[in-house]
Amino acid sequence: MTTSTSLAYLIALPLAGAVILLLAGRKADKWGHLLATALSASSFGVGIYQLTQMLAREPEERAFSQKLFSWISVGTFNVDAGLLLDQLSICFVLLITGVGTLIHIYSISYMSHDPDRRRFFAYLNLFIAAMLLLVLGDSYLNLYVGWEGVGLASYLLIGFWNQKPAYATASKKAFVMNRIGDMGLSFAIMIAFATLGTVSFSGVKEASETASTAALTGIGIMLLVAAAGKSAQFPLQAWLGDAMAGPTPVSALIHAATMVTAGVYLITRSNFIFDAAPTAQLLVVIVGAITLTFGALVGTAKDDIKKALAASTMSQIGYMILAAGLGPAGYAFAIMHLLTHGFFKAGMFLGAGSVMHGMNDQVNMRRYGALRKFMPITFATFGLGYLAIIGVPPFAGFYSKDAIIETAFNAGGLKGILLGSTALLGAAITAFYMTRVMVLTFTSPERWEEDQHPHESPFLMWLPMAVLAVGSVTTGYLFTRGDGLVHWLEPVFGEHGEHEEFLPAIVVSGMAITAVIIGVAIALIKYQFSDVDAEAPENVTEFTRIARRDLFQDSFNESIFMRPGQVLTRFFVKVDDSVVDGTVRLVGRTALSAGSELRKTQTGFARSYAALILIGAVVLIAAIWVVTQ
Amino acid sequence: MNPYNYLYLAALLFTIGAVGVVVRRNAIVVFMCVELMLNAANLTLVTFSRINGTLDGQVVAFFTMVVAACEVVVGLAIIVTIYRSRRSASVDDASLLKR
Amino acid sequence: MLEIQTPETIMFWVLAPLSVIAALGMLLVKKAVHSALLLAWVMISLAIFYIAQDALFLGIVQIVVYTGAVMMLFLFILMLVGVDASDSLTETISGLRPIAITAAVGFGGLFVSLIGRASLGRDAVGLTEANANGNVEGLAAKLFSTYVFPFEVVSALLITAALGAMVLAHHQRSVARPTQREQSIARFRTGSLAGVAGLPSPGVYARHNAVDVPALLPDGSAAPTSISATLKARGDMLESRSFELGEVDNTVAEEK
Repeated sequence: MTTSTSLAYLIALPLAGAVILLLAGRKADKWGHLLATALSASSFGVGIYQLTQMLAREPEERAFSQKLFSWISVGTFNVDAGLLLDQLSICFVLLITGVGTLIHIYSISYMSHDPDRRRFFAYLNLFIAAMLLLVLGDSYLNLYVGWEGVGLASYLLIGFWNQKPAYATASKKAFVMNRIGDMGLSFAIMIAFATLGTVSFSGVKEASETASTAALTGIGIMLLVAAAGKSAQFPLQAWLGDAMAGPTPVSALIHAATMVTAGVYLITRSNFIFDAAPTAQLLVVIVGAITLTFGALVGTAKDDIKKALAASTMSQIGYMILAAGLGPAGYAFAIMHLLTHGFFKAGMFLGAGSVMHGMNDQVNMRRYGALRKFMPITFATFGLGYLAIIGVPPFAGFYSKDAIIETAFNAGGLKGILLGSTALLGAAITAFYMTRVMVLTFTSPERWEEDQHPHESPFLMWLPMAVLAVGSVTTGYLFTRGDGLVHWLEPVFGEHGEHEEFLPAIVVSGMAITAVIIGVAIALIKYQFSDVDAEAPENVTEFTRIARRDLFQDSFNESIFMRPGQVLTRFFVKVDDSVVDGTVRLVGRTALSAGSELRKTQTGFARSYAALILIGAVVLIAAIWVVTQ
Repeated sequence: MNPYNYLYLAALLFTIGAVGVVVRRNAIVVFMCVELMLNAANLTLVTFSRINGTLDGQVVAFFTMVVAACEVVVGLAIIVTIYRSRRSASVDDASLLKR
Repeated sequence: MLEIQTPETIMFWVLAPLSVIAALGMLLVKKAVHSALLLAWVMISLAIFYIAQDALFLGIVQIVVYTGAVMMLFLFILMLVGVDASDSLTETISGLRPIAITAAVGFGGLFVSLIGRASLGRDAVGLTEANANGNVEGLAAKLFSTYVFPFEVVSALLITAALGAMVLAHHQRSVARPTQREQSIARFRTGSLAGVAGLPSPGVYARHNAVDVPALLPDGSAAPTSISATLKARGDMLESRSFELGEVDNTVAEEK
């Protein structure tokens, strides 16, 4: 593998930005955002440079590695703090730094009135650095450092406006739920260390060829738990909706485009494990299928534009996880959907931010309407993203989602039919709720609150939206042209096996488009061509009620985990108080009372000491008497 | 007669000395009781010297006497010093250790 | 088996009970001086036992060093310290005496029973052979060959002890000895004029002119302050009432 010395700069540049901005304090208020943006952009530049280096080489020699220092060296167990840049990593690097830079630019304007803008940019840079470390680490342990780093950055940014208790609680919720996933990752690393004796990607890959299926299944399930936590997949999905408490650029960067896709990265990166552990792989597919339906259903009922988009994110990542669980046939499509999704979903979040910016931070879609006239650019960019996500050809989402649906059908047998139908149903529901968002926001009659003066956002905000919209339109075509992305990723994922086609591709595409048209049509009938209440109606179906409550996800968590957890905690506190502390106190009391009893022998009278000596002598003589008997 | 009888005698004298150390309060009497115990030990040594037919026991007894003499010299000097400062020769009065 | 001659047996059975009684008496008598005398008796008995057991040198040393030097030292210090309440036989620490006596009975009983059980597995040898060249020569041979190093160490110990005793006994004055003038002033400062002229001497105007007899005051009553505090503490003061004026026999005056 080729070594490179410039990989560290990718991480070091934004990390330096975070450090400088946090240490410089208020002094950096004037120029901090510019520095952060410049560093993020230069990191993107390094990424582009690396890409050109890669393109100049043969496909098999495109991976670069860099050893930073020897981290852990215990006996035969060695872990280097090493970086690995291969065809998979570079996709992420460019997505993170590219979209990241755009969002930096957007935030300059979006956060211009916030007194803590510098801190915000410091956290953004910290996130970029951590996320890059996550995708560049050459071992699970290095990945874990980045994994925790993005968790920290996410926590800090969700709770950026922590003066509002609800936001602080939301960040805590995200952090705690992420801990469950983190625990899964650490278990996976421990199992790998215990059974395979190595934690580096290359080492595990080599060892997985001879390792027992049980161990690999264990690692795989634990990795799936980790991915579910970070990517808001069932059953750890509850935090993502609340994570929308953070500023909208954060939602766009972290909770739509990059961090939440870390789970997909983890599963595709560990392809060798899942390929060798069919049970774990099956679980991945099931989790993906459940989440894509779950997210889509929740999305239909949300009135908060950001929460609707968050539910959509959950659902789209469900698609990716589903694809990643389909084995070698699906990895590349998972990554392709991840990349296209990164563009269109980030663009739509930025659009949502732009709408909020023009509507005094109103997030309730029932209070929008007819914004098309007032925000033409936002409407156009958001609309392109919308067309991409529902999968209208030739926009990006069509290529990636269609490929996944097709691969799902091709999985074979009943499994294939079930997965394919779920994916199709998901596509229809996606079309429904995204059309609902579109209609309620832009094309339906206005239902504003008083004193609203919607206006188009400034240049610095619509420029990133425009760039992302271009990406939403073109990337799908670019990636699929000559199966470019699939071939590009082949050295990482192995041969993209040809499967027996369950249905001809054209038929599947037709079915997908039909599903989309049905979804769009229902939404149009329901929202465009009939009146929409400005207040959420109460006399709704039972289903809507449940969906509004996120399909009882919080109630479920609270009743199954939180309440028993609290009871258990109280019990353990009691046990700690009475048993553990009691034991400790008993030891203390015993020593104390023994001391105060024994102290009585210390009378200060030489004669009583002499008496004690005499008694000691008696005991000694008695002992000799007994022993010599 | 059996030479072991001397040992019984020594044991009795030693025990009496030990009781004296505990029950008497006058420091000088206590000291005398200590001397009694030392003498009892010496009697044992001399008796064993005779039983074993070697003079080592007597040599040790001799050393004991010298050490006892030293001890008396220093001990009595201490008693005098205590008496000088506390106007009392009672061992119970010098009970500062309890505080 | 070592033959023990009849004279020694008789000597033992006479002296041993006496020494035990003397030792017990040491604990029971009230006055420290009596204790010292009883201890001297025990030590002399032991010296006789030593000599009877072919330890002639140690017997002599016992008399010279212990009965002579050490006991004299004890008596000397007794006189120096005098008598005080510490000579009382009442126990002030509750429960100590029964504990001590029980422990002592247990100790002595176990000790005696142990000796009764113990056996060297061979007969007693006797010192006839070891003392063939004389007891002192035999001891000297041991002392200056095998035990020469301990001997030297013990001599160092003796010197150290002597030095230590001197250091302890040396009394450094922290204030200058008061002069007669200062003492006189101090007496006036006490407030009472009774002691100004100095305490009365014992026996003045009394029928007995002795230190244990209180002086008589002009009104014929006895003056207890005229007798040394040591004698008072020891209880050696004569009852003073018999010397008071009212009781004085006037026959002498009438005869005149």
